[in-house]
Amino acid sequence: MDNLNLLFQAPVLSLGLVLDGVLIGAIFALAAFGLALVWGVMGIINVSQGEFVMLGGYVTYVLAKYGLHPLATIPIAAIVLWIVGWVLYRTIVYRIVGRDMFISLLATFGISQVLSQGMNLAFGASPVTVDAGMGTLFLFDGNLTISGIRLVAFALSIVIAVTLWLFLRRSRLGQSIRATAQNPRAARILGIDVDKVYAHTFALNAAICGAAGALVAMAVIVGPTLGLIYTLRAFLIGILGGLGSVLGSLVAGIGLGAAENLFGFLAGSELQQAFTFLLLVAILVVRNWRLQRHRKYLR
Amino acid sequence: MNAPESPLLEVVGVSKSFGGVHANENVSIRVNPGEIVGLIGPNGSGKTTLFNSIVGYHPVDGGKIQFAGKEITTLRVPEIARLGLLRTFQQTRVYKQMDCVQNLQISTPAAQMTTGSLFVRVPRPVTEKAEALLDFVGMSSKRYLLAGDLSFGQQKLLEFAMALMSEPKLLLLDEPTAGINPTLINGLIDRLRRANAEFGVTLLVIEHNMRVIMNLAQRLYCLAQGKILAEGAPETVRQDPRVIEAYLGGH
Amino acid sequence: MSNTPRWLYLVLLAVGVFAPLLLPQIASQLAFLWIMVVFALAWDIMGGRMGYNSFGNILFFGIGCYALAVFQRDLNWGGYWVALPLGLLFGGLLASLAAVFFGVGMLGLREKYFAVGTLGLGVAAGEIAASWGYIGAGGGLSTVLMPVAGNANVYWAYIAFAVAVLTFFALKRLYAGRIGLALGAIRDDEDKAEAMGLPTTRVKTLAWAVSAFPLGVAGGIVGNMQGFIDPRDIAFAGSTYGTWMILMAILGGRGTLWGPVLGAFVFQITKELFWVYLAEWQRIALGVLIVLIVVFFPRGILGWVRERWPQRFGQRVVEAA
Ligand SMILES: Nc1ncnc2c1ncn2[C@@H]1O[C@H](COP(=O)(O)OP(=O)(O)OP(=O)(O)O)[C@@H](O)[C@H]1O
Ligand SMILES: [Mg+2]
Repeated sequence: MDNLNLLFQAPVLSLGLVLDGVLIGAIFALAAFGLALVWGVMGIINVSQGEFVMLGGYVTYVLAKYGLHPLATIPIAAIVLWIVGWVLYRTIVYRIVGRDMFISLLATFGISQVLSQGMNLAFGASPVTVDAGMGTLFLFDGNLTISGIRLVAFALSIVIAVTLWLFLRRSRLGQSIRATAQNPRAARILGIDVDKVYAHTFALNAAICGAAGALVAMAVIVGPTLGLIYTLRAFLIGILGGLGSVLGSLVAGIGLGAAENLFGFLAGSELQQAFTFLLLVAILVVRNWRLQRHRKYLR
Repeated sequence: MNAPESPLLEVVGVSKSFGGVHANENVSIRVNPGEIVGLIGPNGSGKTTLFNSIVGYHPVDGGKIQFAGKEITTLRVPEIARLGLLRTFQQTRVYKQMDCVQNLQISTPAAQMTTGSLFVRVPRPVTEKAEALLDFVGMSSKRYLLAGDLSFGQQKLLEFAMALMSEPKLLLLDEPTAGINPTLINGLIDRLRRANAEFGVTLLVIEHNMRVIMNLAQRLYCLAQGKILAEGAPETVRQDPRVIEAYLGGH
Repeated sequence: MSNTPRWLYLVLLAVGVFAPLLLPQIASQLAFLWIMVVFALAWDIMGGRMGYNSFGNILFFGIGCYALAVFQRDLNWGGYWVALPLGLLFGGLLASLAAVFFGVGMLGLREKYFAVGTLGLGVAAGEIAASWGYIGAGGGLSTVLMPVAGNANVYWAYIAFAVAVLTFFALKRLYAGRIGLALGAIRDDEDKAEAMGLPTTRVKTLAWAVSAFPLGVAGGIVGNMQGFIDPRDIAFAGSTYGTWMILMAILGGRGTLWGPVLGAFVFQITKELFWVYLAEWQRIALGVLIVLIVVFFPRGILGWVRERWPQRFGQRVVEAA
């Protein structure tokens, strides 16, 4: 508990920890928003969400190796993942829309296995990171350090989130997506090509993950087996922040990032992941207990 | 009318709203032991909502519900079911991938479902009773078919048999004749009466078919727009101008 | 239920008894074959019979792994041959206890929430084990070697065979009981089962505890057989053992008695072949296999057979007299 005392004695240190988590948390929120999008529109929990993020990170990693500026790789990662998402939809995902929850859970779980093992083969098991060359900000006589790239990543995450929000509100495709989410049958009657909307939604989600992954590669690390935790974080944030709410996701993501960091500092970084997983379990359970008296309407 | 000693079910001033919709407002009803009571009302008048409130699907906004002298207002579905208060569903619910006999075998009274009994085979008497009840509802020849393969009407009958299997004190039936072939309805009315007389099950029945409910119920309640509009003997309720107004007034 | 032909039992008995003697060089694969059978059977209690897809049953396996190892290390009552069965039992019981404990909260979750929640639980266990010094933390834990001359795997093959046989017959017995029907009721319509007064919470908890027990025992066996327990790659190996459990059960046919057994056989044999020809592509191929099976063949082999010939599974399709 020495660390606990330290936290109180050095408020600047705790501020730094929280801030660091907040900056990362915005990236989590992106993946969470994508997960919620696919969930809301297609009724599928994409268990391979985190692997999409990792894949995006590896795109950045590879391109940066060839000398591209890491920040410039973000749109490329998004586009590559868009294509991956599109192809996955056209080959597999369209077959599982509307079927048993069991099927979509396991099928996307299978996809996540393929992707993570594929990345393992291609890039090796140890995690990698990309140096964006942004330097570090020193505040309070160097007591508070903020990594420049994390600051940039935070800002970019917000920009992406706002763009998405605008896109879903304003664009034709966005409106089709929202209409389909509300009622696929009605949407079909209105002349919306639901299959195409699904394809776009899934690809869009993959693209969001791609961009998030590029940021993760620069601001944190990517590794073939690190995807799972992003999936679970996304699920957790979606539940906490309200599915499909951009602002809610951001707030929840930022909160989670900060909580993870603080916990990691207090209990040791080895337990930081366990914290996230157990937090997920605990929140699911508590939420369920609270819902018990408000069951769904039965005819 | 029965002497109102102590009612089996007493609902006092129950209200329930969903957002702005007042599905039930200050509803009070009572059901005495051994009675058959009817609940009528136009579509959307809050009948199913009242059932849901009674059996514990959702919290009520206000009011009190008592069953067999015990306050059940805040109990949940499984607890209430174990007290012997069951309901059937407007949209049938049966165990679709199990056959009819199995559907009944697993519907024995809650008190018989001890942990030990879970680990042994279904006792013979239970199976015999299951088959007898299937016979009772006229589904004997379907007994080895999967419940999911039955027609809607057949599933209604099966669900009724399942309810009887677990020997409830009070059974709430949500439109038992919906989807039943008109020629079979008389037979069903007869069975409901026999369930009441021979098995001693008190019944509270939601029904849209006026002929059925006039035939079956000893007392009627009429709900309209979430409020109890009228109650009393079936004939009286049917001729109540407010009831006629509610039904003909389109709402 | 189904009337299994006697020759099938005899063939399996012969394989279990003679194969380790005749082919000692593949004794470890044989042992794993039986472990796989246990995996699939145990998963199917929840996933197949009750419709609760657990992605975290690896938790129980891992608990068993460590339970036996720690039991042998710290207590070792009566020397190796007494401590082994005691420790296996201990591992099974501890796993069941964990199922009851976590079941209190987790079993209230439905569908995706249960799936994702158990997924989280499984990986969390691995992370915690990897940082808990008492059980060797991330460095892993070495286990006691079996004090026999020659090939210990032959012994393990027999032990695993015995556990698989016991699991099979225990479940066969269980499903014939009322709980078999209760599981089916929960799978088909849990809300209805609740409304009928079925003690669903108790049934679900029992089911999870029952499925945890053999997994705990299997964990003990595997941990000992490997001689070393790595928290993430052996004990709580969600991406291998944890995934295989599910895959085997659905491959063979969820909700049937022989399905998981068949799935385990097919899987174990295919996997060993994949090892030879695919080397490190193996795991990718397994992922592809999951997707293919789930998308195109979700009922699995026996499920498909049952759909075509329901009578053979004791289900009558014509009206009774
Ligand atoms: N869970 C819910 N959420 C929102 N509104 C609800 C819910 N349940 C019921 N309602 C509303 O409450 C009102 C009463 O519905 P209810 O199902 O109780 O009617 P009913 O009398 O059973 O009708 P019917 O005869 O058609 O079965 C309706 O306006 C319905 O839309
Ligand atoms: Mg209704």
